Amino acid sequence: MAAEIPMTLPRKSATFDDYTLSEIRRAAATGIYDIRGGGSKRQLPHFDDLLFLGASMSRYPLEGYRETCDTKVVLGTQFAKNPIELDIPITIAGMSFGSLSAQAKEALGRGASIAGTSTTTGDGGMTPEERGQSKILVYQYLPSRYGMNPDDLRKADAIEVVVGQGAKPGGGGMLLGQKISDRVAEMRNLPKGIDQRSACRHPDWTGPDDLAIKIQELREITNWEKPIYVKISGTRPFYDTALCVKAGADVVVLDGMQGGTAATQEVFIEHVGQPTLACIRPAVDALQDLDMHRKVQLVISGGIRNGADVAKALALGADAVSIGTAALVALGDNDPGLEEEYNKLGTTAGAYDDWHEGRDPAGISTQDPALAKRLDPIAAGRRLANYLKVMNLEAQTIARACGKSHLNNLEPEDLVALTMEAAAMARVPLAGTDWIPGRGGS
Amino acid sequence: MTELDLQKLGVRGVNSALHGLPEGANAQDWLISNPMGQHAIACGLDAPLKVTIDGHVGFYCGGMNQQAEITIQGHAGVGVAENMMSGQVRVKGSASDSAGATAHGGLLVIEGDASSRCGISMKGVDIVVGGSVGHMSGFMAQSGHLVVCGDASDALGDSIYEAIVFVRGKVAGLGADCIEKEMRPEHLVKLAELLDAADIDADPGSFRRYGSARTLYNFDIDNADAY
Repeated sequence: MAAEIPMTLPRKSATFDDYTLSEIRRAAATGIYDIRGGGSKRQLPHFDDLLFLGASMSRYPLEGYRETCDTKVVLGTQFAKNPIELDIPITIAGMSFGSLSAQAKEALGRGASIAGTSTTTGDGGMTPEERGQSKILVYQYLPSRYGMNPDDLRKADAIEVVVGQGAKPGGGGMLLGQKISDRVAEMRNLPKGIDQRSACRHPDWTGPDDLAIKIQELREITNWEKPIYVKISGTRPFYDTALCVKAGADVVVLDGMQGGTAATQEVFIEHVGQPTLACIRPAVDALQDLDMHRKVQLVISGGIRNGADVAKALALGADAVSIGTAALVALGDNDPGLEEEYNKLGTTAGAYDDWHEGRDPAGISTQDPALAKRLDPIAAGRRLANYLKVMNLEAQTIARACGKSHLNNLEPEDLVALTMEAAAMARVPLAGTDWIPGRGGS
Repeated sequence: MTELDLQKLGVRGVNSALHGLPEGANAQDWLISNPMGQHAIACGLDAPLKVTIDGHVGFYCGGMNQQAEITIQGHAGVGVAENMMSGQVRVKGSASDSAGATAHGGLLVIEGDASSRCGISMKGVDIVVGGSVGHMSGFMAQSGHLVVCGDASDALGDSIYEAIVFVRGKVAGLGADCIEKEMRPEHLVKLAELLDAADIDADPGSFRRYGSARTLYNFDIDNADAY
């Protein structure tokens, strides 16, 4: 009897994986690039690749629940008459009314206020719901200037000049017509139902010298009361941070490529910019070189998910962090309880990212009144507050274990890296060695 | 008229004086002397003041103005009257880039020429330019009126939304989705009003009207070549 010839198993290409094949087919069928919300989904060196060492013979820890580990942070101490005082070093990133429902914006304000932190407007202006529910509100000054007006500027607690965001450095945005309700249209001075482009650069300044003058104008209009943040994307963090300082920023907000967006091209999200982990040390270097570390505060965003991420960002030199995607999840975004509805949209809970289409079953990234009504802003705000408190407690737990009486006392020496990539980016030793790739050692 | 000497008070001192007036205060007419081309002069005003600036100004003069009537007796730098909400800003000389950028309301009059991107992203302001405007003027202009008594350079009204542009002289070129449109009687009436408000003597019948073809309002891959 002839022996049966063994067959090899069917083997899929690592290069042409299922997702890649599906994207080729989608592009071939539609002739248009893929648009989605969120940040980078690819595997990147991240905070998970770092570990804290904790206390031992040469370090002694603080007692949990007994010895204080302070978490307060003050932002905008350089020039503003009224700096921002936060109870926790975790802020809510800018997200627009228009991309989010009014209920979601209200919930963000409620949650942040309970937790003692700030929330931030986005492209499209300031809504009364958001101002009313946000104890501390940062007003974004964006290239499109949709809804920008001096009355709201004066109502804000701080102003954030947006130069870039991590999901799309160098790119603008587009709010598709289906999300342009009467109210959104009115706030943006455009007809209902047409696509609204968010410009990629400011209409009346270019470069750091102009920005310095723009910041002067904003300070003059608001009588030098409010801190001026400048938000940049994770592109050239050393030079960009230095130029922000030169332009007179009180606070630099640095957003890595895991930072989310309401909508942009998939190719942009996944292929432009640097991972958050790679951006922090160069930014801190710039501040230290200028003797401005802790004088101009650094806020890091892009993929912050838990208290460990907070502690790691702070240990690398940030003064605070900012969350967007995680805050939306806390409100109810991508909840498995809505799986059936996500399936109807051709996706699954945890993967839903067509935020620009306005059909969010969770009532968050939508302007459909029936869908938006699903989100109870009080309950959602409570969930966000709970989540923020947990993150803060987690960060405190780690800091105490490292013997720190304030989260900002965490330092790079408290960390090691699990991978060479993370060691090189964070400039901490590879675990078990004293080797920092690119920095010598053995 | 109360004089504020910018050389002595600095920009902060001048703006602070103009911001800090009690409502209904008597001193409504102000002269800012020695502006020295400084930036952010008379920005953020929010009262029915009459402010005359005796000389040239730098960037963002009259920025975010509300209610005030500001007259600049010279040339203006980048972003004059940017994001103005109401009131009036008049430049007796010429203006640099991005005059009236993103402005929501009020009237901006530039008696001389305006450089590139005049009226960029304008959101309801009326702008009257006695001379010519540079390239990309009216870029992404959302609403309001841009009146150009002289010529317009390349790419006028590129990606324009619902703003209306009137030009009396030559137009070097139109930007994406900007077309010439019929000048109907209501447009002649509106243009006459604007010229009158700007105190500029010109025959409305000698202007042509430009606006959006509205073909790029909703994304269509077949329009990609337009950019």
